[in-house]
Amino acid sequence: MSFLEVNNIDVYYGDVQVIFNLSMKVEEGEVVSIIGSNGAGKSTLLKTISGLMHPAKGEILFEDSFVQSAPPEDMVERGVTQVPEGRRLFMLMSVKDNLIVGAYNSRAGRHMNATLEEVYALLPKLQEREDQLAITLSGGEQQMVAVGRGLMAKPKLLMLDEPSLGLAPILIKDIFQTVRKIADQGTTVLLVEQDVKHSLSLSDRGYVLEHGRIAMEGPANELLDDPHIKTAYLGL
Amino acid sequence: MIYILEDAINGILMGSIYGLTALGLTIIFGVLKVINFAHGSLLMVGMYVALWVVSFSGLHPYLALIVVVPVMYLFGYCLQDVIIKPIFKAEKDVREPITVIVVTTGIWYILDNLTLLIFGPQYRNLPDNPLKGKMLEIGDMMISVPKLWGFIAAVSTAAAVYWYFQKTRTGRAIRATSLDREAASLMGINQYKIYNVAFGIGTATAGIAAVTLVPFYNIFPTVGVLFDIKGFIIVVLGGLGSMGGAILGGIIIGMIESIAPQFMTATWTEAIVYGLFLVVLFVKPSGLFGVKYDW
Ligand SMILES: Nc1ncnc2c1ncn2[C@@H]1O[C@H](COP(=O)(O)OP(=O)(O)OP(=O)(O)O)[C@@H](O)[C@H]1O
Ligand SMILES: [Mg+2]
Repeated sequence: MSFLEVNNIDVYYGDVQVIFNLSMKVEEGEVVSIIGSNGAGKSTLLKTISGLMHPAKGEILFEDSFVQSAPPEDMVERGVTQVPEGRRLFMLMSVKDNLIVGAYNSRAGRHMNATLEEVYALLPKLQEREDQLAITLSGGEQQMVAVGRGLMAKPKLLMLDEPSLGLAPILIKDIFQTVRKIADQGTTVLLVEQDVKHSLSLSDRGYVLEHGRIAMEGPANELLDDPHIKTAYLGL
Repeated sequence: MIYILEDAINGILMGSIYGLTALGLTIIFGVLKVINFAHGSLLMVGMYVALWVVSFSGLHPYLALIVVVPVMYLFGYCLQDVIIKPIFKAEKDVREPITVIVVTTGIWYILDNLTLLIFGPQYRNLPDNPLKGKMLEIGDMMISVPKLWGFIAAVSTAAAVYWYFQKTRTGRAIRATSLDREAASLMGINQYKIYNVAFGIGTATAGIAAVTLVPFYNIFPTVGVLFDIKGFIIVVLGGLGSMGGAILGGIIIGMIESIAPQFMTATWTEAIVYGLFLVVLFVKPSGLFGVKYDW
């Protein structure tokens, strides 16, 4: 049995089907990338794993329990945390309060102060800004808060939805380095990205999502060398 | 001149009690994004509970707080949990669910009519009320003592709720939910439980307002309606979701109501209040003290 297993799920927005009979899995300790173009269904897949949406068909297993109908707060309690697309910070709250809210679940709440120090060690900028309202931060800083807030939940599986979105190239490097560090410290990471090159280079495996279906999957280095990916996603 | 000052002070004191009523309304709106049309009725229920506690126990009217606050908290919590939540869930993709507003209107009608049925339409007052007509003399001015206590209650309640929202785990979760419910649930926050708590807190603050009112105000089944309308105006005036704005907005209304009749016929006061309301809506839709952010 895998750490996270998604078996043959269909997901709809109302009457519109967005994900078709999709299966994938993540093993403990892995970094897995999901790549795909706009509208492929990447965010929908993450939202379905995190419990914001529920599949009409199929099942999701996390640590051997069925979780396809669990609400998001349950998933967080179990150790699955999603850092949503577009940061979604609590804009009128301070950076520190954003981080503290990240540790709301009971597993994380007990270790809040220790985790806060770890997060500040990983992202020192956040400590400098801790009293500032989130809305006053730059885009890059906001993304750091979003990642830090996700870590505050002490996730076993951290899912990041396009963390590089809208950042300058130099900041993109930073954010991917941070993701690498998080993985090296033992957190399993599921990364959704359009920046195919960076994300695959730091991943163990990857899935290519096209029109709500898995079009390709395999070890990340093989995907990087694949001719279809080179033309379709890397523009080579 | 001294009379205008006296009126102004009494107006500020009374206005702060309007503000205390609006405080609960603004908390509930800030978190649930729902206008609670039953809020005046909750105030009315609080007044009857206070009346009952005082008549039954013979305690000092303000000691009724010990019973009224927890009873009203639970009442609001359960009301949201049992009646409003199911509709919320059915409409969960709608950001400002209209049906929930219809339901709060239903609750208003049911509470008012139920009270009418049980207690009858007559006006009631506290029995042997130690605060009745009590005045504080400052020079030539007469300041109402129960209104002064109302002012103190309003300011300290607003400060306490503010502190609770800033500094506690649940308080932060309430703020987070009010800013972005989906992101809050990704933090492990059960949004429906937060709605229960917020509704409970809003109802409890209406209970505090009720206790400060009963020593000098008639109690009858539709007493809430008056406060409802003022409450809505205050909430918009002060800025939707702003707690300080609720108290200050209340004080502004209270002052207009007390000073304006010195200069014109009393019927004009209401026109001024509504006029101010409209001007604020046109000039600064986020309210006098509201933050312009998404609401
Ligand atoms: N709330 C919604 N209601 C209806 N359809 C939606 C909704 N959200 C997304 N969709 C549709 O579902 C499909 C998949 O969207 P999704 O957000 O999962 O794509 P994505 O791969 O994350 O894209 P992007 O890279 O642009 O973030 C799209 O066709 C989109 O239009
Ligand atoms: Mg997306």
